Amino acid sequence: MSIFLNENSKVIVQGMTGSEGRKHTSRMLASGTAIVGGVNPKKAGESVDFDGTGVPVFGSVADAMKETGADVSVIFVPPPFAKGAVIEAVDAQIGLAVVITEGIPVHDSTYFWAHAQGGATRIIGPNCPGLISPGRSNAGIIPANITKQGKIGLVSKSGTLTYQMMYELRDIGFSTAIGIGGDPVIGTTHIDALQAFQEDPETEAIVMIGEIGGDAEERAADFVKANVTKPVVGYVAGFTAPEGKTMGHAGAIVSGSAGTAQAKKEALEAAGVRVGKTPSETARLMREIIGA
Amino acid sequence: MDLFEYQARDLLASHGVPVLPGGVAETPEQAEAIAREIGSQVVVKAQVKVGGRGKAGGVKLADNAEDAKARAQDILGLDIKGHITHKVMVAQASDIAEEYYFSYLLDRSNRTFLAMASKEGGMEIEQLAVERPEALARIPVDASIGVDAQKAAEIVDAANFPAEVRDQVIAIAVQLWEVFTQEDATLVEINPLAKAPDGTVLALDAKVTLDENAEFRQSGHAALEDAAAADPLEARAKEKNLNYVKLEGEVGIIGNGAGLVMSTLDVVAYAGEEFGGVKPANFLDIGGGASAEVMANGLEIILSDPAVKSVFVNVFGGITSCDAVANGIVSALGILGDEATKPLVVRLDGNNVEEGRRILAEANHPLVTVVDTMDGAARRAAELAA
Repeated sequence: MSIFLNENSKVIVQGMTGSEGRKHTSRMLASGTAIVGGVNPKKAGESVDFDGTGVPVFGSVADAMKETGADVSVIFVPPPFAKGAVIEAVDAQIGLAVVITEGIPVHDSTYFWAHAQGGATRIIGPNCPGLISPGRSNAGIIPANITKQGKIGLVSKSGTLTYQMMYELRDIGFSTAIGIGGDPVIGTTHIDALQAFQEDPETEAIVMIGEIGGDAEERAADFVKANVTKPVVGYVAGFTAPEGKTMGHAGAIVSGSAGTAQAKKEALEAAGVRVGKTPSETARLMREIIGA
Repeated sequence: MDLFEYQARDLLASHGVPVLPGGVAETPEQAEAIAREIGSQVVVKAQVKVGGRGKAGGVKLADNAEDAKARAQDILGLDIKGHITHKVMVAQASDIAEEYYFSYLLDRSNRTFLAMASKEGGMEIEQLAVERPEALARIPVDASIGVDAQKAAEIVDAANFPAEVRDQVIAIAVQLWEVFTQEDATLVEINPLAKAPDGTVLALDAKVTLDENAEFRQSGHAALEDAAAADPLEARAKEKNLNYVKLEGEVGIIGNGAGLVMSTLDVVAYAGEEFGGVKPANFLDIGGGASAEVMANGLEIILSDPAVKSVFVNVFGGITSCDAVANGIVSALGILGDEATKPLVVRLDGNNVEEGRRILAEANHPLVTVVDTMDGAARRAAELAA
């Protein structure tokens, strides 16, 4: 198995007709993802050609779901319209909404997260690379050719560090790798992914990658201690980040003594998670643990 | 983006929140003029984005306009915890009968907004939260519902505000919610929210943080940026749409992806311990694409930093494959020509890495060293900067 995304997932793309949406839809198709439609109210009824594969455009998420049975939406809609796009996906009760868009105001993401509570939709992101269950399906912008299907689960705040870790452990392979995003408010947390990996019989060990800002890693550490029996290795980026400066990701900021990498590392280690000093060392720890 | 007190005050006033008359001055003469217009005792306050300015001598009372000029003279130029005072706010002085506290903020942990209120204001709220947590009401606010008069009353009553100010504070709480949402703020904090001897409740000092992601719909916010305080390299990088943060070290860093660049800074700092404490000179994320032009812009900024002694280019070829990145580096060095004078250590990994390394080897640029691993490349870059 994998988590959140598998070979039966039927994926639609909100914002498929824009340049980023088009580029990444093409890549998702090339990696074998079942892309069943795009959504653009102005281009409903049209079809977009991707190297000979025609993908129909629907006027709404609800229409696309009714016509295709889609259960995943990948959202590339630009920041001014992203809140509306996510709300539309939530109201249509799609199972999974993967919000790739970077630069969404936090009032909008806090709003759509609140709006989604009690509903049927899991939100991943925003400002994330999405998730891949190698060999099965790819919802987002993670390169599909880095690694293969395998027994490691990966959850990360960072896109490129996700790719780096997948590359370091490419010979072992991954059940699912999920980038949850570096914004202050995100839909799916480390804890959600850890829980799903714990329950997934295919996943034998878990890598979690965190970075400065907030207390998600500390909370994840508590969760691991109480609920996760599979081995977990960790990595935290941002030890040298100065206080009060945003390091690329909107959520990556140390405020006073809150959100430091050192505190996160200590919390993870106290929960029995082995934390690497560098990405390569983290990969080595994983190899030691699973004897590969 | 954190605002200065005077900017926060103006923003509050524009939404109808009661504040005292006042203005901002960059010279003692301007301070004098504002004080004269106010025509009563004034308070002259250093405008710095750091707490503890009162203790540092950055807040002074002045009885008249001449006195305000003299106090402004004292305060302008003052170094408060490393922040030089370039502006003072001159505001009507107010006798304070009682001090309260009120704020809205983003509660990341719970992915909601939070109202915090206390009838014991004035002191640092972190201190109050630790010493007397029962005196600080914390009420979550659902972002999809917001704060109306009823919700505001819930907050105000939870904090047990005195009955004689209850209605005023409720009205202010609704106005502050309007500031918080309509201005895309992540923090609106009033401390103190003060009761004057005549019973009027006023916002006497405010901290406001605005969300830079909202600039596309907040056209007025760009003007609030403190251009004077920005590092000149950061300002130039911003003009070129580069995500750059200046740090205090010697190894220039370029990478793709915020997490990978943060990680690169750490790995360089570890490696630097071996070479007398060499540290990263900057954060620079050129994004997933890493085109030649962006690479050239990034290299140009980093090489113009006099503190930089070596440069570490750390790219994982994901969406953009390594051959494209390698071509980007080669053409960036071509564009820069003689401006490129410092050694570059390049580490490429990921898609098409063999071809990327071949391109760099073939270009054989005298400044470029290719190292296969991130840890090894960090060590080499630190060594070159030592």
